[in-house]
Amino acid sequence: MSTAELLGKDPGWIIAVKALIVFIICVVATLMAVWTERRVLAKMQLRTGPNRVGKFGLLQSLSDGVKLALKEDIIPAAADKVVFILAPIIATSMCFMAFAVIPMTGVVNLFGHQTALQLTDLPVGVLYILAVTSIGVYGVVLAGWSSGSTYPLLGGLRSSAQVISYEIAMGLSLVAVFIYAGSMSTSAIVDSQHQNIWNAVVLFPSFIIYVISMVGETNRAPFDLAEAEGELVGGFHTEYSSLKFALFFLAEYVNIIAVSALATTLFLGGYHAPPGLGFTEQWLGGWFTFIWFITKVNLFFFIFMWLRATLPRLRYDQFMKFGWKVLIPASLVWILIVATIRVLQQEGASRAVTIAFAGGVALLLMAISSLTDRSKKVSGAPLAQGESPEFPVPSLPHLRSISVTGGQK
Amino acid sequence: MTDFIEPRKSSELGINSVPFVEVEQPGAAPLYEQAKGFWVTFSTMFKKNQTVQYPDVKAPTAPRFHGRHQLNRHPDGLEKCIGCELCAWACPADAIFVEGGDNTPGNQLSPGERHGAVYQINYLRCIFCGLCVEACPTRALTMTNEYELADDKREKLIFEKEDLLAPLRQGMLAPPHPMYPGMTDTNYYNGEVTQAHPSQQEQN
Repeated sequence: MSTAELLGKDPGWIIAVKALIVFIICVVATLMAVWTERRVLAKMQLRTGPNRVGKFGLLQSLSDGVKLALKEDIIPAAADKVVFILAPIIATSMCFMAFAVIPMTGVVNLFGHQTALQLTDLPVGVLYILAVTSIGVYGVVLAGWSSGSTYPLLGGLRSSAQVISYEIAMGLSLVAVFIYAGSMSTSAIVDSQHQNIWNAVVLFPSFIIYVISMVGETNRAPFDLAEAEGELVGGFHTEYSSLKFALFFLAEYVNIIAVSALATTLFLGGYHAPPGLGFTEQWLGGWFTFIWFITKVNLFFFIFMWLRATLPRLRYDQFMKFGWKVLIPASLVWILIVATIRVLQQEGASRAVTIAFAGGVALLLMAISSLTDRSKKVSGAPLAQGESPEFPVPSLPHLRSISVTGGQK
Repeated sequence: MTDFIEPRKSSELGINSVPFVEVEQPGAAPLYEQAKGFWVTFSTMFKKNQTVQYPDVKAPTAPRFHGRHQLNRHPDGLEKCIGCELCAWACPADAIFVEGGDNTPGNQLSPGERHGAVYQINYLRCIFCGLCVEACPTRALTMTNEYELADDKREKLIFEKEDLLAPLRQGMLAPPHPMYPGMTDTNYYNGEVTQAHPSQQEQN
């Protein structure tokens, strides 16, 4: 019985209970994620992190949330009031909605009812997630625009440009998964990985592109240009305070968890145990699969934290260049290869032919990469004898004289 | 004499004769070199962290840390401050206010003729530079290592003489009391008075 059929038998009250559970999971996960991030980041910087509120500081994010809620709620005089209030609501509700199609457990017993912890199973589940998270961008853009202030507007614009660019790369990396699994349904993709092998292995380039673009998509370091503190004060949420700011905060973290959950579903076998540990899936009446799911999501969340602790923020043009000139072309080439191999397999081509094709493509790519010389030599011919540059520069190593030779003859 | 000076061209100044060196700019580092940073942050997680749990654990300061001031006493308990105001004059932040007073037979607070009648340090202004300590001719003013100088009222951060005076130690007697019998203020400064006179101690 497929997951869609299983979920189709859910009575209304079970659906309501599951919706509540999904909501609670998201909120609690956010509270834990904030605490985890601050602690792990602190450890990476030889600090301790929050450790005073509750055991190990576990209640720190809860007390921060309460503090935020009690703060004065300011709406700037220049703000467009309706949109200003609407923006955080859009941003938050959309990222919660993305969780509806994430399969979090296998078949489990929920209040005496056989079901799976997945709110609904759409045939185009992954497209639904992409659509919903794209609408979430409206929250950011509208927040920046409605604030009636310059820096939030710049932050909102940056953010929208960024999310749109990286969504293309993200969508393209998912195409390979669709081709390979033959479905866009999240549960079907999980099943296909269970029968074969994790997509992270077979579709490794897609996996890498997805992981990079999910960081860009969620506006996180090193791609956090939308809220670059040193340049844009606080980015799109500069003018927000109190609960509205808390909503953006919540949205950011739920978004991170959502893309991590999607990565788990599409590339790391979803809620299934790693190969060789399949017997654990029966433990706790099937609920142990939820632990596997959480573990994998945490793995991705750790990557988020690790990146933030390690890499400095990219320059805006470099960031855009990376998205459009590296990730998207690489995705396109990879999709072509995957599609060809898939067709070869379906047409009944022998294993030798498939391997020969893959090897040929690999050789071709290696040849191209060896031909392109990546070491950059600085242009600008040395000056002729007696010729003087218009603008003198100190003779420092690495500081070459591009501007020196630019003078008029 | 002209009232307009023609701006000179850079070629006339002779600053263009910068030696021109051919430099090859290195391209991007190889990927494994760039990935090294990830190992730095990862391995740091397993190192001992440097945080001091401050309100619970108070790490000692450096021995010569500039903390709150202290008005010292002679070994018999008389104050060293003579109300000369040199500290107030030395203070670049105008944080010290001193008013001198005359020592009378009934009110002998320090050896010699004068004492500090009013002594205030405003810790909202003080920058802890220590110039007052350098200015003090009698070594009356020194600094302690105490650094917890935060409060919820501005008035509380103006320290009076009572707040700044050093505590009475063994053999000291709270002023006012007469100088050690047979000793002059010079003897005090030469360190010849080591404790209050036994007869004075019995009086209290």
